[in-house]
Amino acid sequence: MKAFTYERATSPEQAAAAVAGRDGAKFIAGGTNLLDLMKLQIEAPTHLVDLQDLGLDKIDATRDGGLRIGALVTNTALASDDRVRAQYGVLTRAIVAGASGQLRNKATTAGNLLQRTRCPYFYDTNLPCNKRAPGSGCAAAEGFSRQLAVIGTSDQCIATYPGDMAIALRLLDATVETVMPDGTGRSIALADFHRLPGDQPWLDNTLAEGELIISVTLPKPIGGRHIYRKVRDRRSYAFALVSVAAVLHDDGTGRVAFGGVAHKPWRSEEAEALLPQGAGAVVERAFAGAAPTDDNKFKITLADRTLASVIAEARS
Amino acid sequence: MQFDAPAGSNIFDDARIVGKSTPRIDGPNKVTGTAPYAYERHDVVADQAYGWIVGAGIAKGRITSMELTAAKAAPGVIAIVTAPDTQPVGKGMDNHAPLFGGSEITHYHQAIACVVAETFEQARAAAALIDTNYDRSTGSFDFDAVRASAPRSGEAETLGDFETAFAEAAVQIDETYTTPGQTHAMMEPLATIAAWDGDKLTLWTSNQMITWAKESLGDILGIDSANVRVDSPYVGGGFGGKLFIRADAVLAALASKAAKRPVKIMMQRPLVANNATHRQATHQRIRLGARMDGHITALSHQNWSYNVEGASGETATAQTAKVYAGANRLTAEYCATLDLPEGNAMRAPGEAVGHLALEVAMDELAEALGMDPIELRVVNEPDAVPGNPGKRFSDRNLVRCLREGADRFGWSERSATPAARREGRWLFGVGVAAGYRGAPTCKSGARVHLADGRIVVETDMTDIGTGTYTIIAQTAAEMMGVPLDHVTVTLGDSSFPASAGSGGQWGATSSTAGVYAACVALRRQIGEVLGFDADDARFEDGSIVAANKAFRLADAGTLSAEDTIRFGKFKKDYDVATYAGHFCEVAVDAYTGETHIRRMLAVCDAGRILNPLSARSQVIGAMVMAAGAALTEELTVDTRFGCFVNHDLAGYEVPVHADIPHQEVIFLDTLDEIVSPMKAKGVGELGICGPGAAIANAIYNATGIRVRDYPLTLDKYLDRLPAIA
Ligand SMILES: Cc1cc2nc3c(=O)[nH]c(=O)nc-3n(C[C@H](O)[C@H](O)[C@H](O)COP(=O)(O)OP(=O)(O)OC[C@H]3O[C@@H](n4cnc5c(N)ncnc54)[C@H](O)[C@@H]3O)c2cc1C
Ligand code: SF4
Repeated sequence: MKAFTYERATSPEQAAAAVAGRDGAKFIAGGTNLLDLMKLQIEAPTHLVDLQDLGLDKIDATRDGGLRIGALVTNTALASDDRVRAQYGVLTRAIVAGASGQLRNKATTAGNLLQRTRCPYFYDTNLPCNKRAPGSGCAAAEGFSRQLAVIGTSDQCIATYPGDMAIALRLLDATVETVMPDGTGRSIALADFHRLPGDQPWLDNTLAEGELIISVTLPKPIGGRHIYRKVRDRRSYAFALVSVAAVLHDDGTGRVAFGGVAHKPWRSEEAEALLPQGAGAVVERAFAGAAPTDDNKFKITLADRTLASVIAEARS
Repeated sequence: MQFDAPAGSNIFDDARIVGKSTPRIDGPNKVTGTAPYAYERHDVVADQAYGWIVGAGIAKGRITSMELTAAKAAPGVIAIVTAPDTQPVGKGMDNHAPLFGGSEITHYHQAIACVVAETFEQARAAAALIDTNYDRSTGSFDFDAVRASAPRSGEAETLGDFETAFAEAAVQIDETYTTPGQTHAMMEPLATIAAWDGDKLTLWTSNQMITWAKESLGDILGIDSANVRVDSPYVGGGFGGKLFIRADAVLAALASKAAKRPVKIMMQRPLVANNATHRQATHQRIRLGARMDGHITALSHQNWSYNVEGASGETATAQTAKVYAGANRLTAEYCATLDLPEGNAMRAPGEAVGHLALEVAMDELAEALGMDPIELRVVNEPDAVPGNPGKRFSDRNLVRCLREGADRFGWSERSATPAARREGRWLFGVGVAAGYRGAPTCKSGARVHLADGRIVVETDMTDIGTGTYTIIAQTAAEMMGVPLDHVTVTLGDSSFPASAGSGGQWGATSSTAGVYAACVALRRQIGEVLGFDADDARFEDGSIVAANKAFRLADAGTLSAEDTIRFGKFKKDYDVATYAGHFCEVAVDAYTGETHIRRMLAVCDAGRILNPLSARSQVIGAMVMAAGAALTEELTVDTRFGCFVNHDLAGYEVPVHADIPHQEVIFLDTLDEIVSPMKAKGVGELGICGPGAAIANAIYNATGIRVRDYPLTLDKYLDRLPAIA
């Protein structure tokens, strides 16, 4: 870890300006991802702007019947909120499928969206990795890639976005509200928030330098059965091989998003329109153009079988 | 004391303390943080500086330069010890890969420097400023590529004519099983504090074998081992990874010399898998030929493994000579040389993974015969060690383990047809495996002091989380007739008498026998002081009854005695071992292939169980480790870079609580007169021999799918699960 300076932000605008105005500055929320990466010098900020005093830790109803979740609301608080449990069950289930109780107590909504990949080569600074060291090559492409992406990959990077919460947020058509360093704000659909690696694999998302997330908004509830199924090698404390977030209605229609398969939560509105035809049709369409490795091609079969199981569960 | 003949009846047959479930006496210290592990011994020496290990970024080649200017100038840095500037150190016991020194790199994350600073954070930050350049050379990292040409290690063991008998057998099984490399993943990484006082060196470290450590340090550092003191009272798990000296201890000693200050080092978790040792991968071919009645007529187990130059492979055939009868046999070990990190002992070396193959092959044979897997094992129970009629089993109750386990587990409800039990999305199955693990003993010494009617025991024996403190206290309390809380046990200090140490599941019976020997000597001294014949006396509740006269222990004053138990040659006529029947029920998700263990049972035959409570902990812990080996644990080799890529606990998945919902352990009430005066055998390794195979067999019973490449992750059989609607 490199030495850094530290300040506690006093307002969202001041925080954004503080990060934008200084080379190598970064926000810190729960710190559960950032500090681990700093210890390994995969992240080496020179200055940290702590967000904990900004009062962004509330969940408020919106005028059109949804919820606005403050960026600093912890994963535990969000998952256990009565409104979320009752009306956005898939979100609660996705969050509690992730990490551990202690981590979720510390982890925040914004930080969770921004957690970095779990590609093993990303974590070993001796080995090539375009995401960590642009231009050094992608060790995973022809290496150990069992955990990595099967679709939306590039020849530069095949990493996944590893998280759970964002898969449910994508399913629920959430939007991310931000403040820019100049004090203006914008709203980004979750679909556009994470990006594919392309030829800039070091960029995980579409945030600008210094852009601060202040909240995530859920539109009004959509009813249906809310299911989150995370398939992994052990029963907790592991990242997904494949996860399926679904909201299914009695008439067989619904929504579905996949985790553990791409650099972003993977949802295709076109594919989910095929839900009444069953899992096979959805997965075939959602994963059209997939480019898995030998190590991870099982994920497509697994996505298919997991979705089938989710549909069966919804029917029962 | 010489143990030269079977034990006969002794004090432990009427024991009041030994053999009773006793909460570990160090438990309160451990849960309140007052049992300090090596890195936490802030009070043993003042002025401790922090060392950070730098691991090589290549697997094979040479260091061509190391730029230290920035690191040396970094805040708080006291000293930097680098490999190129250090003469290669020597090797101690069972050190095969180089520990430190010179420019040559022979494996990934080999220690190439140690940065010492005032704080841990400063040492870490400075280490990142070292710029090392290498000249890479090509290495051999791919086990599969070299396996076929691996030379045989040692002689093949043959009996009768295997090939002919196998060819003529009514039923044949010929299958290959693979197991991957595994890392110990002990909770406490390797850690040491070192301090020099002139030419005297003290190491507060985490080590299973104190006497070996002390002697090895002399050889490694080129100093007189008499000048070395090693102290390791608490060890946060070792599993064989702390049997021998590793880079943490060497670097602490060298860095402390360079810094002229005590230096503490904890090997960083991401370095442990590649810097230290691991259990090597195996490739095992098993051939079984049997008559229709189940009798095995031909049995072959060939195992291929690897290691660094000059060291042996993971000897997976270790148990095969002893478990089943069979007149025609062939077992052989082959060992390739690779440039991977060193392979070395990990809990039940050889046997743990040997069972993953042999006990699945037995399941396959049972199915081919249409026979119950337990009956197949019973039919093949040997009377004497196969091929060695002069060698008897000291006390062997494997059949009882299997039969009593079957009753307890509800084995009779098992469907012999696989994939026959489905409830909703879950496929249920049960599996069984036998377990065999040798029960060696090693000479072990102890010193006991009496003062004010209280007892202090000193031995360099270690407690690696196993419960040694407690069984030694129980032994001394029993012998001296005092309550448990009148005994203080001090362990792990090389200034104490040399003990057996903790390894190979020999520790419990050997070290308590050593304490027994010392207590016999102390009793005799007390008899001399107070005037009675100690060998005819009863020591109870702080008093002594001898020849109808009563004495008070406290009246004997202050006395000390020391002795060592030595095990005689008569044991060579016996195979002394422990046995188990392992059972498991799993549910496999018919859609996703996820395996959920539902319950596990181990029925163990290990002679007298000194403390059923801590013995149970040993067995359930080993069963957890076996579950990891069966289902998730794998060191993944990147054959381009020559390293284990998943070298942290996020990438190397050991089981979590949710994976292990229910475990039961039953100990048979057996006694082994041959093993030691305690008639007790170890259980710490028995518990990992078999459960993994029981899991694999249960998965087969649930699904009808046989996977022979461990770990049994869902990607290996997803496409063979029942079709989905
Ligand atoms: C052992 C372990 C297991 C885990 N398992 C899982 C799992 O199974 N599933 C899962 O989904 N996650 C898992 N996680 C990841 C965990 O969810 C994330 O670490 C956590 O959500 C990050 O939140 P944080 O508040 O601690 O973020 P921080 O570490 O504080 O920040 C992360 C990043 O977000 C940036 N940031 C934070 N807040 C803002 C903001 N308001 N605006 C802009 N940028 C911001 C920071 O600068 C930093 O780059 C695991 C983590 C660990 C350590
Ligand atoms: S997949 Fe991405 S993160 Fe992994 S090594 Fe390649 S570039 Fe790095």
